[in-house]
Amino acid sequence: MTAVFYIVAALTIAGALAAVWLKNTVHCALALTVAFAGLALLFLELDAQFAGFAQILVYIGAVAILVVFAILLTRGSETPVDTVYSRNWFWGFLIAAAVFATLGWAVLHSTNVLPHETAVPAVTVLQIGNALMSRYVLVLEIIALLLTIATIGAVIVAMAEKERAQ
Amino acid sequence: MTPLTGYLLVAALLFSIGLAGALTRRNAILVLIGIELMLNAANLNLIAFWRYSPHPEALTGMMFAIFSIAVAAAEAAVGLGLVISIYRHAHTTDLDEMNRMKG
Repeated sequence: MTAVFYIVAALTIAGALAAVWLKNTVHCALALTVAFAGLALLFLELDAQFAGFAQILVYIGAVAILVVFAILLTRGSETPVDTVYSRNWFWGFLIAAAVFATLGWAVLHSTNVLPHETAVPAVTVLQIGNALMSRYVLVLEIIALLLTIATIGAVIVAMAEKERAQ
Repeated sequence: MTPLTGYLLVAALLFSIGLAGALTRRNAILVLIGIELMLNAANLNLIAFWRYSPHPEALTGMMFAIFSIAVAAAEAAVGLGLVISIYRHAHTTDLDEMNRMKG
């Protein structure tokens, strides 16, 4: 465990907490960007350069911008006067705490079956591209189709409905 | 504590924070933000297991994470489109007020 890991992990957790806790919705979206950047740094720390840069491009470049657009297109930027939390917030918080307790217990009490590899994996972008074009080519095509359909679907769902003719 | 345990704990914490956000917030967009955090926590697990696996050159976990990122992007686009569509109908993104189908 290096110091870099602790710093980046703290940054990510702080960003995620702020994204969930802050009152102003726009501030939440900006905190979410910090959490995404921290995750990208964690990916880079794990020697997964391609996934790290994909994370930056897709999440910080696209998803965060989409979220900000959605907040500004709806009236989400106005902070509600009474409370930002749901009526059942206590149960939601309790369930989340229970899930974390269970996951943490499972992680800390599990035994390692596989040998713990510490050697840095020598994976280049060329290998990833070759794998995408050979072994995973069907999945790649399905993902391409899914993205196309999802984009068209999102546009149709969000499109202004025409007034029906009387 | 091995490095893998550290990453798994961070991922578990991120997942729980996302779950808490999805369950406790009233704004539909913030619920989507919580779901995005949960998806990212799963990706972190996949990458961590890939990094400390005996055969990282097989690229399995890495590919899984990359495809998961693509699916999450599609999910975000459709989800936010739905939120905008609902806002146009109900003039609110408050989930507590969306109870038209309540029996």
